[in-house]
Amino acid sequence: MSSSLAIEVTGLGKTYGTLRAIEDLSFTITKGEVFGLLGPNGAGKSTTLRILITLLRPTTGRATVLGHDVVQDAAKVRGLIGYVPQERAIDRFLTGREHLVLLGHLYHLPKLEAQERIKNLLKLVELEDHADRIAKTYSGGMKRKLDIACGLLPNPQLLFLDEPTLGLDVQSRLRIWDYIRGLRDQGITIVMTTNYLEEADLLCDRLAIFDEGHIRVIGSPKELKAGLGGDSLSLTIHNARPDMLERLSAGLKPLPFIRETRTKDNVIHVKVDSPEKSLPAVLEIASRVDCQVETIEYHRPRLDDVFVAYTGHAMKGEFPEVESE
Amino acid sequence: MTTQHYRQEVLALTMRWVRRLSREKFSMLFTLVQPMLFWLIFFGNLFQHAADTQVFQVENYMSFLAAGVVIMTVLNNGLSGGVDLLFDKENGFLERLMATPIHRTSIILSRYLFVITITSLQILVILAVAFLFGVTPETGLLGVAVILFIGMLFGIGLTAISLALAFSVKSHGDFFSVLGFLSLPMIFLSSALVPLAAMPGWMRAVAFLNPMTWVIEAVRPLIISGWAAALPQVAIAIGILVVFDAICLYGGAQAFRRAIG
Ligand SMILES: Nc1ncnc2c1ncn2[C@@H]1O[C@H](COP(=O)(O)OP(=O)(O)O)[C@@H](O)[C@H]1O
Ligand SMILES: [Mg+2]
Repeated sequence: MSSSLAIEVTGLGKTYGTLRAIEDLSFTITKGEVFGLLGPNGAGKSTTLRILITLLRPTTGRATVLGHDVVQDAAKVRGLIGYVPQERAIDRFLTGREHLVLLGHLYHLPKLEAQERIKNLLKLVELEDHADRIAKTYSGGMKRKLDIACGLLPNPQLLFLDEPTLGLDVQSRLRIWDYIRGLRDQGITIVMTTNYLEEADLLCDRLAIFDEGHIRVIGSPKELKAGLGGDSLSLTIHNARPDMLERLSAGLKPLPFIRETRTKDNVIHVKVDSPEKSLPAVLEIASRVDCQVETIEYHRPRLDDVFVAYTGHAMKGEFPEVESE
Repeated sequence: MTTQHYRQEVLALTMRWVRRLSREKFSMLFTLVQPMLFWLIFFGNLFQHAADTQVFQVENYMSFLAAGVVIMTVLNNGLSGGVDLLFDKENGFLERLMATPIHRTSIILSRYLFVITITSLQILVILAVAFLFGVTPETGLLGVAVILFIGMLFGIGLTAISLALAFSVKSHGDFFSVLGFLSLPMIFLSSALVPLAAMPGWMRAVAFLNPMTWVIEAVRPLIISGWAAALPQVAIAIGILVVFDAICLYGGAQAFRRAIG
């Protein structure tokens, strides 16, 4: 196995009773990248994550984390990773600091080292002033920050985050994104699940699109979008007759940066490689063949389009409800 | 996993339960201490008049009742011993604990240490209150130690039942239904409140199948009779409890393995 691999998953499957939560997943994650599992609720993201952090046994297939099998060497894996669960796993009776102190003991840190790390982490997530308050009284964003501090306490090479910004207000979300970018810059490998397209697009170096227990496609957001055939222009022609559109189409086809053209009624759709070069050329040809352009629409594929293209449906739950705490 | 690591994690997890209790003063007072004192003081005095000394074979109903109250406390604490883990399971905290490199048994052991310590302290409080009302254990301090030991043996099995239930149920509603279903018959179909000799035949037959009866029948003579009457009963109770604990621990371990893997 190459030492640049952080995670290797082959043929992974998990059934709950008769429900197949995930089926035959295979992928690898490289050290140092931010890898996203993107998909709607129930797609199997948390199930996959829980197997990787050794809390669930796979029904089929296998997975290794930093070279250790998640079933056979579970204890070893637990010592190397940090985990930020999906639920706000908060003890109703403990202060923020006490959560960290407890976890420090569970990671077997010596007292002084634990104190030092806790001090730094509280500073990182800006909770110093609230550290000695019962954590149940924190706002949603503060709880999430505490969760992240807990996940970072063991100084992990690999951090798993399950829906890190679910239900957070915009400001807290931006803050959490900053932390994640900062961690990546320190060389920590990050595996996160999300059902926000925008989040996946902005944060992840690569992502796997999950739907109904399957991975539909894997790639960097850029590759995935480019894979849809590039940007497109739609021109509506004034008083269009079929022969006019015919001539326009024929004039465009030979150009190097035009990939394909399609006409419908009085509209011509043109897939292009580079909008900067193509737009003037397209307009010029249109006027040469006497087509009077009424409107132009320009469309650059977004991750939404990638999702639709690979799953056959739009992503639900797209607009985050902000929690009222 | 070294023993030093094991000690560190068990201690930290146990202190979490202690801290929780100390921050839940209201609940500590009302759910743990108060009901037992209530039983002892109110029922002890109330039934003193109604109680027929012929039936109870003691001067003082309270001295009869003390053994029952001690063991009811063990029952109550044991059967509710899994509640906190149930809540941990439901809010995801258990998952956070299980994702750390701790030994799988540390969480269970911490719960046992806590429940046994608290129960022992409560037994001492109950016996001290009874003492203030004139009940002096006939077997002295050594007898009190034996009572604590028997209580601990009974508590181990009961806590295992509670933990098994906590790991198996789908919701905490189910958990509390099953507990209610278990604990009342355990009390009323035992000799906690009424001596075996005073029970109707069918009830006595059922009470004989209830391990709680045997435990009480060992604790009671330690308080009201003395060593000669108590020793054979203590031996029987310990024998029964060893079997009871073995069964409960086996069931608990199965449930734990199924839930945690
Ligand atoms: N413990 C469980 N028992 C039964 N079904 C489960 C369990 N956990 C998850 N599932 C089911 O498995 C599927 C995938 O769930 P999950 O991995 O949580 O999805 P996601 O995290 O993508 O929302 C869902 O249909 C969910 O209802
Ligand atoms: Mg999930």
